[in-house]
Amino acid sequence: MTTSTTPTIVLVGHGMVGQRFLEALAERGVTDRARVVVLCEEPRPAYDRVQLTSYFSGKTPDDLSMVEDGFMERHGIELYTDDPAVTIDREAREVTARSGRVFAYDTLVLATGSYPFVPPVPGKDARGCFVYRTIEDLLAIEEYAKDKTVGAVVGGGLLGLEAAGALKGLGLDTHIVEFAPRLMPVQVDEGGGAALLRTIEQMGLTVHTGTGTQEIVTEDGSVTAMRLSDGSELATEMVVFSAGVRPRDQLARDCGLDVGERGGIAVDELCRTSDPAVFAIGECALASDGRVYGLVAPGYEMAQTAAAVIAGPGDEDTKGFTGADLSTKLKLLGVDVASFGDAHGAAEGSLDVVYSDSRSGIYKKLVVDGEGTLLGGVLVGDAESYGMLRPLTGSRPPVSPEQLVLPAGVGAPVALGPSALPDDAVICSCHNVTKHAITQCTSLPEVKKCTKAGTGCGSCVKVIEKLLPAATDKGLCGCFSYTRSELYEIARTLRVTSFAALLDSHGRAEAKGGEGCEVCKPTVGSILASLNNGYILDGEQAALQDTNDHHLANLQRNGSYSVVPRIPGGEITPEKLIVIGEVARDFGLYTKITGGQRIDLFGARVDQLPSIWTRLVDAGFESGHAYGKALRTVKSCVGQTWCRYGVQDSVRMAIQLELRYRGLRAPHKLKSAVSGCARECAEAQSKDFGIIATASGWNLYVGGNGGATPRHADLLAQDLSDAELVRLIDRFLMFYIRTADRLERTSTWLERLEGGLDHLRDVVVHDSLGLCDELEALMAAHVAGYQDEWAATLDDPDRLRRFVSFVNAPDAPDPSVRFVPERDQIKPDLQILTIGTLEGATSR
Amino acid sequence: MTTLELSLSDDSWMAVCEESRLTPGRGVAALLPDGRQAAVFKDRAGRTYAIDNRDPFTGAQVLSRGLIGSAAGRPFVASPLLKQRFDLETGRCLDDDEVTVTVYPVRTVRPTADARPTT
Ligand code: SRM
Ligand SMILES: Cc1cc2nc3c(=O)[nH]c(=O)nc-3n(C[C@H](O)[C@H](O)[C@H](O)COP(=O)(O)OP(=O)(O)OC[C@H]3O[C@@H](n4cnc5c(N)ncnc54)[C@H](O)[C@@H]3O)c2cc1C
Ligand code: SF4
Ligand code: FES
Repeated sequence: MTTSTTPTIVLVGHGMVGQRFLEALAERGVTDRARVVVLCEEPRPAYDRVQLTSYFSGKTPDDLSMVEDGFMERHGIELYTDDPAVTIDREAREVTARSGRVFAYDTLVLATGSYPFVPPVPGKDARGCFVYRTIEDLLAIEEYAKDKTVGAVVGGGLLGLEAAGALKGLGLDTHIVEFAPRLMPVQVDEGGGAALLRTIEQMGLTVHTGTGTQEIVTEDGSVTAMRLSDGSELATEMVVFSAGVRPRDQLARDCGLDVGERGGIAVDELCRTSDPAVFAIGECALASDGRVYGLVAPGYEMAQTAAAVIAGPGDEDTKGFTGADLSTKLKLLGVDVASFGDAHGAAEGSLDVVYSDSRSGIYKKLVVDGEGTLLGGVLVGDAESYGMLRPLTGSRPPVSPEQLVLPAGVGAPVALGPSALPDDAVICSCHNVTKHAITQCTSLPEVKKCTKAGTGCGSCVKVIEKLLPAATDKGLCGCFSYTRSELYEIARTLRVTSFAALLDSHGRAEAKGGEGCEVCKPTVGSILASLNNGYILDGEQAALQDTNDHHLANLQRNGSYSVVPRIPGGEITPEKLIVIGEVARDFGLYTKITGGQRIDLFGARVDQLPSIWTRLVDAGFESGHAYGKALRTVKSCVGQTWCRYGVQDSVRMAIQLELRYRGLRAPHKLKSAVSGCARECAEAQSKDFGIIATASGWNLYVGGNGGATPRHADLLAQDLSDAELVRLIDRFLMFYIRTADRLERTSTWLERLEGGLDHLRDVVVHDSLGLCDELEALMAAHVAGYQDEWAATLDDPDRLRRFVSFVNAPDAPDPSVRFVPERDQIKPDLQILTIGTLEGATSR
Repeated sequence: MTTLELSLSDDSWMAVCEESRLTPGRGVAALLPDGRQAAVFKDRAGRTYAIDNRDPFTGAQVLSRGLIGSAAGRPFVASPLLKQRFDLETGRCLDDDEVTVTVYPVRTVRPTADARPTT
């Protein structure tokens, strides 16, 4: 092919849809056969406008970029940023850019998006007035808001609420002024709007519905107030207009292309404008069904269609764009809002089924026809069922609509699973992926890779997971087909003392000889530590520990560590308190009282840990094991010694227990508390083992839990003497350690244990399995073998060598660990990124 | 004594540390001349790897403190913060196709008799 015959494709507008169009061209190999030129008005290449607001939660403009590194170079695409197209000469087939560059085209694609509509009110151009569309808009809002205290948003639609959330996040007293009688008038109906309003007002935003904006009042050219349609004035220092968007069709109008009466570049099903050499896609286009779509998914479909048409015949995507689903699920200001199908019940003869709970701000409405066919719906406050309901639109659900709107746990259980969905149900609406396509895959990563489903808004992931083959494999991880408790038994009976030996002898065939993984290494490390109770960081053991155990401290989000000295029972002398204060002051650490009756010192660099601990160990402190799956704290109430109600010395008992079980490695962390009487000030019944004093001794409760799934502890035994209490706890803990699964707290373990509490009582009180001697002996070995890990580390230069920031510059502090002041202390100087966190990540 | 070396974008190699400083299965961080940081690892078989130390999910310089493992025979490190896994040979994130970290070539150099490492 010679240059003269290479066709040129010019794309005007490098937004979300423009970028998708380029990807679709590249996928079809068109970029190899054609010169592709992109004119981009903004100073940066395409970014994720849908996630724009996440800039305020710490994402950088770079994080939002939609262009993979090297994409343009790889496909030979010429991209001109900061250089918008200004005129199109269709006769000559030329586009002129602002810089004066002129490009001849064979095919022109317009993807110019929309502009925010600003109502023509006096004062709209004053200093302090903004729109909310681009990164530059956000930067300007952020800068201006720095010394302001009040802000208002004009428009209570989807974008208005996002903008309001952003202003609130910037610390402003925020008002929302909406002309319609409810929030989000397009997506939700009256009931949904009311539920939304309640929730948003509870967050401290002020909402003015049914109110127009008449004038922006200014002083010296800056906003000072808004005059509202009811004549009142609302004092505000800035105004963000979010009153809808309009297609950017000026270029098209200027060159005589057909545009719609109310705007939008008219296109046919193949996204061609009135000039067959010119295409229009995305928000600037008026689709053949007479609509301008303000959502990204329809724009992506148009991008695929246009690319397929340009690529030539035979492409299955050339079937054309005939309209799209307007379903949306959003998380606005933390409230789930979803609408799908015929949300307003516009179809003739449609009926509503409504569930509304104003106390919790939940509103759900399904629209059905006379035969029970689901037509659409609105969900506010609880959009859990969106992923299931949307694909069912147009069909008759297998259970009644009443059951579908009731919250779980009310009335008959709903037996509606994704298996009830038809094969062609669209599960992921962002990428238009059907159930059939998803069931061709076997894992979530595979689904994401092959179909892109789940990589957009993410709302379909839960349903996708349910469609994938159920995990029947109970094995610990990809390396072992045994559970944790089975591995414990194997290690115990065969006296295995190394991870490598266990992996090579009992690992899955494909994992033998390998490295293991981040799941089994710490698990086996913990089993070996429970069985052998030596120092956990020597030899091969060092490589098994999670980073927290490896550095005997807790890793924080900026790479620094926190230090938690043990304070048994929460009792501490003034001298020791002073030492903690001095250490914190001398090393500049952030200091906080924890929820576990001790003190956490944050912000230590890895290379500072040894010097900090030298000071602490010298003052008599030991490691608090805040980093380990081990005993955390035994909290106490002040008890009989001081309290007028106390019947036993709860502090003494708490200290005794904490010193006995400190350092004990377990499947998950262990917590305890001792209360001096039934008033329970130490909250013992929320602990793995909790003790409450009685007039004649101690009651022992087990299996309690705070955290994500709280569980009240069960009473295991009553009126125990000191010795009986300790013996019973020894047995209980060792039985748990031996039989529990990885990351299973005593609460979940007890729930799962066959025979439950009665069986547990049989084993540890009545010794039904004849195990008790062995369990006690294991605990005795633990108590005898305990040593303070920090003291042992400081004693050994070899062990200290790991505490450097850099192996090649042992004296250099890590410059990336920086702090800024806050409330007279420090806090990490780090943008908080949240690119899709893995679920349950903390527990892995 | 064997030295571990790492290559930056050009053809030059910089010494990081004695190879024996690395514990199999764990990593160390190295400071690069331009201020970037590398995470250097050794696996059970003694193979060495280096990737960028910055965890792209949190922005913290911590990948060197993650645990390494293998999946389908390929080595990876799991970030110690949110546990996303990165292939040590390609830098690709196994949990998110869109994310990759830089990989640095590494080699071990045993000094010859005249103690001059050859390239
Ligand atoms: C520091 C502290 C918060 C505070 O400032 O008060 C804290 C901080 C953390 N908690 Fe907690 N928890 C703290 C008291 C609690 C409590 C209250 C208590 O112990 O009385 C609870 C509820 C009680 C319970 O556990 O049943 C609590 C329930 C959790 C959970 C949920 C556990 C569950 O079973 O659902 C996690 C997550 C986990 O372990 O998987 C968690 C995890 C964490 C982690 C380890 C998260 C992590 O992996 O990074 C935090 C580590 C902080 C650090 O680096 O030092 N933390 N955490 C408290 C330390 C207490 C101490 O002195 O050791
Ligand atoms: C805060 C916010 C939140 C949103 N949330 C959602 C959501 O949750 N779900 C959803 O589906 N949609 C959402 N949207 C809408 C979504 O962003 C748009 O549908 C999508 O960006 C449209 O893509 P586009 O490429 O057509 O237009 P755009 O992304 O706007 O891109 C058009 C580009 O063309 C450029 N341009 C214009 N004229 C010219 C010219 N003459 N020369 C060169 N370049 C030009 C513009 O500068 C712009 O960069 C949201 C939008 C915003 C602002
Ligand atoms: S639990 Fe009882 S003894 Fe302890 S502080 Fe409360 S009232 Fe006093
Ligand atoms: S529906 Fe948004 S990612 Fe699937």
